[in-house]
Amino acid sequence: MGEGKYIIIAGAGKVGWNLARELLDKGHEVTVIEDNRNRYLTVEQELEHSIQYGDASELWVLERAGISRADMVIAVTGDDEDNMLICQVAKEKYLVDRIIARVNNPRNRPHFELLGIKPYVSATDLILRLLEHEVPEYGLVHLLDLPEERLEIIEMMLGENSRVAGMRVGDLNMPEGSLLISILREGQGGFVPTPDTVLESGDEVLAVLDPGLEEELKVFFGSDGASAE
Amino acid sequence: MLREGHEVSCLDEDPEAHARLEVNLEKSWEDSGGQFTVGTGLEEDALTAAGIERADAFIASTDGDNTNIVISQIAKRRFNVPTVIARILDPLRAEWYEKQGVNTICPTRIAIEMLEREVLEAAGAGSTS
Repeated sequence: MGEGKYIIIAGAGKVGWNLARELLDKGHEVTVIEDNRNRYLTVEQELEHSIQYGDASELWVLERAGISRADMVIAVTGDDEDNMLICQVAKEKYLVDRIIARVNNPRNRPHFELLGIKPYVSATDLILRLLEHEVPEYGLVHLLDLPEERLEIIEMMLGENSRVAGMRVGDLNMPEGSLLISILREGQGGFVPTPDTVLESGDEVLAVLDPGLEEELKVFFGSDGASAE
Repeated sequence: MLREGHEVSCLDEDPEAHARLEVNLEKSWEDSGGQFTVGTGLEEDALTAAGIERADAFIASTDGDNTNIVISQIAKRRFNVPTVIARILDPLRAEWYEKQGVNTICPTRIAIEMLEREVLEAAGAGSTS
């Protein structure tokens, strides 16, 4: 982000307040909007004129904060409906270039997508993503998600009973929309397989795929140790 | 609407709300043909349980403007309910979403108009007498 952006943050909770502090430090202009009077008074002691008291889902409050000249609106209140509404009006009514929404309840994620609100950030999802890396029995690890490009890279461990162990890569016949790109093997490190490479149980395979093929691939590789049937 | 022979299904997060439905009813809500589901309008499972998939009309009238705005869009875009109405108390938000194609009822606006009319009529009556 270049210098001197104007950013409106809805919600002065821990996320909003710290975000405002960081952005101010980086030289941006920030207005935080908070509708809890006590919270507002607390944060105002530090942020002074960079915070306003009001309900950010009221249009006049957004207008008072100067939304028409804002480069970015970040909605991080504790209420998903509020975050969705704030981002929707910011984008569609005030034509703000960039919005970021916080998802408090991951079950509301489809609603953010339905209303075209992206990107969104969900703490629960971030922690789950970290857990996937730390707890290998999840079987399938997301290494990279590019929803815009409709592409994912995942990593899977081939279990003892994997149905593809012992098969040549050339004979694999991977599900359409997926491609094996690399193998990590104990003692050999990572390498790009040739059609003649033979898969072994214990291999970690990296595949690129269209979103939504995870389950199919899990079954295909039998990565959870279960048979493909 | 139940009395007029329509089929009505209510969704509320408060199980106690069911009792309110039966005030002034001769029979129970269910015996009168009503349906009641506990849940919120943001839970698709709850909406489905309440029968949104075969609904001719959907009314979002929770006590939260933003909730009503969001769930009425879910009803319309995700479930393709033919008639969707959102109750929005804030006149500014109601006006903008109305322009965006969301059917809205703004009780605040209606009350202001009624009060205005009452005041003017009363004042008019006062000035002529």
